[in-house]
Amino acid sequence: MGKFHPNVDQYVVSRVRALESILREKGILAADAVDRIIERYESDTGPMVGARAVARAWTNATYRQKLLTNSTAALADLGVTYDSLIVVENSTAVHNLVVCTLCSCYPWPVLGLPPVWYKSPPYRSRAVSEPRQLLAEMGLIVPPEREIRVWDSSAEMRYMVLPVRPRGTDGMGEEQLIPLITRDALIGVAEVPAPARA
Amino acid sequence: MDGVHDLGGMHGFGPVVREQNEPTFHARWEAIVAAMMRSARMHRVFNIDEFRHAIERMPPEEYLTATYYERWLAAVSRLAVEKGLTTEQELERRAAAGGTGDASPSASSGPSPSVPGAGAVSDQSAITVAATSFRPATGTPRFQVGDPVVTIETHTKGHTRLPRYARGKHGVVHARHGFHVFPDSSAHGRGENPQPLYSVRFESDELWGSSGELSQAVYLDLWEGYLQPDRA
Repeated sequence: MGKFHPNVDQYVVSRVRALESILREKGILAADAVDRIIERYESDTGPMVGARAVARAWTNATYRQKLLTNSTAALADLGVTYDSLIVVENSTAVHNLVVCTLCSCYPWPVLGLPPVWYKSPPYRSRAVSEPRQLLAEMGLIVPPEREIRVWDSSAEMRYMVLPVRPRGTDGMGEEQLIPLITRDALIGVAEVPAPARA
Repeated sequence: MDGVHDLGGMHGFGPVVREQNEPTFHARWEAIVAAMMRSARMHRVFNIDEFRHAIERMPPEEYLTATYYERWLAAVSRLAVEKGLTTEQELERRAAAGGTGDASPSASSGPSPSVPGAGAVSDQSAITVAATSFRPATGTPRFQVGDPVVTIETHTKGHTRLPRYARGKHGVVHARHGFHVFPDSSAHGRGENPQPLYSVRFESDELWGSSGELSQAVYLDLWEGYLQPDRA
């Protein structure tokens, strides 16, 4: 099972059930709350909101400006209510990286649930102090002349990266671009790869 | 508090390991914990700052060995006890009995009159919990964009969102984010005490000295109470 599937002993499960039974009796945990949260996040195919916002920004200069300066309005265009997002733009001069060193803050409404590695001590400890080395280990070489800006989510503002649009995507529309955009690129640990040639 | 949760800049944790095709939840109990946390917040059993501080109060060796949802479980359990919903003895009694309570989940009799707001939360909001930390301005922010600032040197035993690696450090105000609930008081039942929040840029060599990487900066979102004018 490995480290991602810790052999959680029955005690933890029993403690969960104990607390669950109490919260149900107190009327705090609704009968369908667990199924609804599973349905919400398992049917949410990853960072779809974030990917759509980025694809639209790549194809629409007005929307791009709105996303970078008034993300609340830009997300409202996608039917999402969220007032705490800051979108930071990658370029040839700047690479942005998002972390939460104190806990695991992450923009759930646009990126879904965070992956385990984002919440892990190796990422949280190193992203602020040696991001270039960390990114290289994760497979992303950032040129030395490109500044790395690390956004440590210490308050309730949440961050998402607007990646650089890859080569070979001229003429592609929003719907064609969306599948290219990965969650990791929206966190800043990857770039969006150029599409495979047909 | 100077806890083990404050990981920025620590050494020794090794490489980042990424799981391929990671599932949303690795087991149903994780989803139950997620649902309990969010439902309890919606019912205002605790606020986000109390929740974070409860995680921080875990013994360091437990914090580092626990998985994410185990930390959530520890925090919700602790707060359920501290807020008077149950006792540690009752949790242990039920856990020893396999986790089932006196009433089966399906026999839940609805809202308890002792819990304010119980049953009054819509299903949708119980999932999304979009409680904003923005508050109306109650004064004029002390700093402008571009102002040089220095962070306070604090070692409070209470909750704070000023990480160790950024204390007593010089930076520049990059942006202002309005007024927000102040976690250092909100986590301790001392009210929201909203303060201006700033994005502050710190250069790598200011934070990490000669060990810092070249051409790198960290941006932190910091409340006004964490900042002093940098008159140097």
